[in-house]
Parts: sequence; structure tokens; C-alpha cells
Amino acid sequence: MRRDPIVYDEKSQRMADEMVKAEAKLIARRDLEGQDCDCKDGMFPSRVATNRRAFLLAAGSAAGIAAGAMASGDAAAQQALPGAVHYDVPPDPTKVQGRPIGADGGYGTRSQFETEVRERFPTANAYTSWSFTPLQKMLGNVTASGLHYERDHNGIPTIDPGRHRLAVHGMVETPKIFTMADIKRFPSVTRRHFIECAGNGLTEWKKPTLKTVQGTHGLLSTSEWVGVPFATIAREVGLKDGATWVLAEGADAAVMTRSIPMDKMLTDAFLAYGQNGEAIRPEQGYPLRLMLPGYEGNLHIKWLRRLEVSDKPYMTREETSKYTDLLGNGIARQFTFIMDAKSVITFPSGNMKLPGAGFYNITGLAWSGRGRVQSVDVSVDAGKTWYPARIEVVAEPMCTVRFSFPWMWDGKPAVLQSRCMDETGYIQPTLQQLIAIRGDNGPFGSIYHLNAIQSWAVAVDGSVTNVHA
Amino acid sequence: MSTRDLIAGTAALCLAAACALPAHAQVQTHYGFGTAAAPADLAKYFAIAPDGSGLPPGSGTAAEGAKVYAENCSACHGSQLQGNPAKGIGGDKLIGGRGTLASANPVKTVESYWPYSTTLFDYVKRAMPFSSPGSLTDDQVYSVVAYVLSQAHIIKPAETMNARTLPRVKMPNRNGFIPDPRPELALYR
Repeated sequence: MRRDPIVYDEKSQRMADEMVKAEAKLIARRDLEGQDCDCKDGMFPSRVATNRRAFLLAAGSAAGIAAGAMASGDAAAQQALPGAVHYDVPPDPTKVQGRPIGADGGYGTRSQFETEVRERFPTANAYTSWSFTPLQKMLGNVTASGLHYERDHNGIPTIDPGRHRLAVHGMVETPKIFTMADIKRFPSVTRRHFIECAGNGLTEWKKPTLKTVQGTHGLLSTSEWVGVPFATIAREVGLKDGATWVLAEGADAAVMTRSIPMDKMLTDAFLAYGQNGEAIRPEQGYPLRLMLPGYEGNLHIKWLRRLEVSDKPYMTREETSKYTDLLGNGIARQFTFIMDAKSVITFPSGNMKLPGAGFYNITGLAWSGRGRVQSVDVSVDAGKTWYPARIEVVAEPMCTVRFSFPWMWDGKPAVLQSRCMDETGYIQPTLQQLIAIRGDNGPFGSIYHLNAIQSWAVAVDGSVTNVHA
Repeated sequence: MSTRDLIAGTAALCLAAACALPAHAQVQTHYGFGTAAAPADLAKYFAIAPDGSGLPPGSGTAAEGAKVYAENCSACHGSQLQGNPAKGIGGDKLIGGRGTLASANPVKTVESYWPYSTTLFDYVKRAMPFSSPGSLTDDQVYSVVAYVLSQAHIIKPAETMNARTLPRVKMPNRNGFIPDPRPELALYR
């Protein structure tokens, strides 16, 4: 059984194994949710909250409390539903009064029947880890704020916005300190952008490792962000001649720092305090986050507290020892900021099962860090022939689009792929094309910036699996 | 209507529109928001560049660093700096791996991969120890940096690290990085 030529070091092996295990647990939970519904083997969202609740309670660490909650349906049970509150379901909602308005305290929750959650990548330490957006359940183009993927390097800080300050200094005429109230007084911009982790898909370089699109592509999310352009702040403080870089620093326990070219900062960078109609979420950088449209997620410094204008990059830990792309020849690319064009089919996707031949509306997401998505092609024969997909939204710069493609499945084996072209003419490559350029000498290849075409194989029995095709 | 007339007409319209705009709708270049930062306001911040700018006063040696390391670092990074992948810990391996970067199993450590010694100081001062970041004194940071560099055979055990000597340390992989060559033009057609 020594077919697998991949050399994993201890840490890489553990990461790959743990992630496979974690995903298996998640899949088991979903299977349980769907066991007595007519949702066709997991193809569609489950409709059975009682099973979910029972599972969560059974799996809870406080088994005694859970048992009690199960009998009485008390507060513990309600808390067990992330983002939702449990209510008993009446046999006929037209024959009993509903809940009084305002009983939720004034802030709504999602339905108890919607149970999809972010899944944490099982790094050894939960304070430096990441969690994946359940792309297979996302509708439309914008990610629900509570399901936006996360990458935190030493936990999520609790920050009082009244005490938060942004310092802008270095090679400026007038170094300044801004309160959040100051920042919100400036004219604002409202823009939809994706953020993608540079490490999205790192387990997929050598072989199909994870089963679901949440695991293979879930470090991608899209929000509508509100904030102040850096250019406005730059005029306020005045830039000195020779100012070519800006160091951005977060107020978390990692005191995260990255160096960003001034050109980018003045082109479209902004300091965001709003996300999807409300204040930015704590795990997304509350109260202030640097937005760098199209750049890798790590540069979008969260909990932004400082911008130091400089004439050089600082060569911080994250831009030297991490987030650099080691090539086959032992040399690493540095400052690989831009996320290249990419797309993925989210339905049907890994671990789903189609109930039989017939019509399916293939759908997915496409995006590019270099501008707008120009077009998306879909193939159902592993890339031999391509057809244009329908773009369901108006393409915006450095933002995802939702695409769809009507497919009449004949019941024979198929391999589904999508391919994104952006407005610069860049065409999403195959994995073989990327490896030919960059090499693949580590257990996870060059780790970062894997934007290859994703393949989902549909078997005769309708089951969908992650394959390299 | 000639082009000139059109332009003149448009200009007149714009003028009229401008006149009609309320006086308070104006674009500012300076808003006056925020307060001028005094040096004291900025004193707690730091960032250390490869040229050593930003390095604080103080110094340390590997001998002192061995003690700092044992007390603050070894639980996560291992007594031999070999890393600790255990659940709940997950500290990186810090030394070894030279010559492996082009192999099938590249081992990235401070010794084999990090291009600048100043980055190590900046990161330790900033974010370590992981469970109580920013708690080491500058002398302790110089010491533990000296210890790691010494264990990695990058500096001699007796060398003192300070604001003058640290930036001069030549890291083994100093020339191991290239700027981003993308877009990869082979992917266009």
C-alpha cells in the first residue's frame, strides 16, 4: 500500500490527519441531521432541527446538563444552537399565537432549522487557527457575517471602541491619533469585496484531501464593507516625499503587522468599520479593519490600531517566515499580495449525492484579485468541453460573482469543473499548470496561492467526490 | 448644435448647478479630525526594520538567553528548540533544516528560512511568549534571540546581541527570496 509518494513531516501529517478527522465528524453530524428527512441524501439543506439538537446535546461536554436539557427543553438546549434559539414547533402555526414582537430583545437570530456552522481547522492550538465558511450552504454572493471565515493568530481580542485609537505616523507631516468617532466623521465608501486566505486549499496541492467545498475552498468570504479611504487619511496627515510603504498593526495578542506598498494604499485601501449593514464583527476586526481589495487575507489587518508610513518594508514575521511561497528550487516568492482569479462549483460539490439523472442547477462562486470577473466557463467532462455560465450578479472589482449553469445529467459518470476569466485576460489554471511553474516540493506544495480549477466527480450512483482530474 | 456650443452649453449648465448647490456641500482636503500625536503617544509602538531602526537599548547573550528560553519558551518550542506539535501547544521548530528547502521535505525554521535576524527580535518582543505576549524585557529579548541564533550556529555562543550587532547577523537564507513575479504570463493566452 505504498502508493502515496508524499513526504509529510510530523506537523504536516498531523494537520492533514486532524483535518480529515474533523471533517469526518462534521459530515457525520450532517448525515445525522438528514437521516429522517426527504432531503435526498444530503443534496439539499436538512430540515430536521430536532435531530441536530439531540446530537449537539448528546455530544456536549457537560453530559449531565445536556440530559436534563433534553428532558425539559431549557436554556442549555437553546444555547446549543449556534446563532439560533430553539422554539417548540406547533402542529399548525395558524392555530396558535406566534411569539410577541420584541421578545428576542431586539436582535434577531437565524431559524433553528438552519444549522450550518464554520468549522475550525484543527491546528494544535485553538488560539492560532482558522475556520472555514460553509460555502455549500451559502446563498447568493454575500457571506452571512456570522459565517465569514476566520484566521486569528492569537485569539479574538475584546476591544472597547470608545477606548480604541488609530495612530498614523512615520513619514507624515502631522502624526495623528484618531478615535473611532473621528474616523466615522470622514466621508465613507461602501464596497463589496471578497477576502480569501492565501492558504485556502493548502491541503489540496498533492492529492484530494478534504471531502467538502467547505474544506477545500472555505477560506473565502464576501461582505459589503463600509469605511474611510486611506487616501483621505493620508491627505489629513500629509505624506512626506519618499513614503513608499505603510506598516499596518493590529491590536490583538499577536500584534499582527504587515508592510503594504503605498501605491496600493492610495489606490483603493480603506479602513472599514461596517460589515453587511452593521458594525464589523469582533472576529473580523471590530472596531476597525484594513481593507486591501484583492490582496491575500492576512494583509487585511484586523483590530487596526496603527499605520506607520515608511520608505521600506519591515520584513515582519508574517511577510518572511510565513505567507511566502517556497518554489521547487528552494527559493521563495515574497510579497505575493494578489489573489489570482479562481472559481469553484458549490453545488453539486463534495460529499453530496444526486438522487438520480435529470436537471440540476450547477452553481458556484468566481472571483479575482486583479479586477472584475469577466466570464466563467463550466465543464461536465473534466475540461474537454466548456460552456459559458450565467453570471447572476453585476460583476464588481475584487468581488465574487455567483454563477450558475443548467445541467441535464444523463446518469453517467461526470467530472464538473468551473474556470474563471478576469478582466485582465487571466484564465484560471489547472493544478498541473501551477505545479509546472512553481514546483511541489513540500507536503503541501508551496502552500499559498493555490487557485487551480477544482474537479468534482459525479459517480453513477450520484455521489460527488473531490478528485484531481 | 456644434461641439463648441455643446461644451459651452454644458459648462453653463454646470455653472448653474454649482450655483444651485448649497454652500455646505463641499469637498475637503483637510477635515481637522483627530489630534496631533505627541512623541509620548507613540512611545509604546515599535517596528524593527532590517537596518536595525527601532531596536531599543539593551543587550543579551546566549548564556542569559538559555535561562529566559527555559522559563518562557521551551514548553512550546521544546528543550532542544525542536518544536512541540502536541495538542493545545503547537510551537514551531526553531532550528535545523538547512539545505532542505529545495528537497521533497523542506523544513522551515529560523535557521533555515528566516532572512533577517531583526524579524526574530521584533516578533519575540511583539508576540511572545504566546500566552503572555509582550512580557519580556528588552534585555531578555536580546538574550533569547542570541540563544536561538547561537543554537542555530548562526552566531558564536559568546557574541553579545544589541542594537549594533543584531542587524549585522547574516542569516543563512538571506538571499532565498525573490519579489512576486506574477502575473504568470504563461497563464494568459
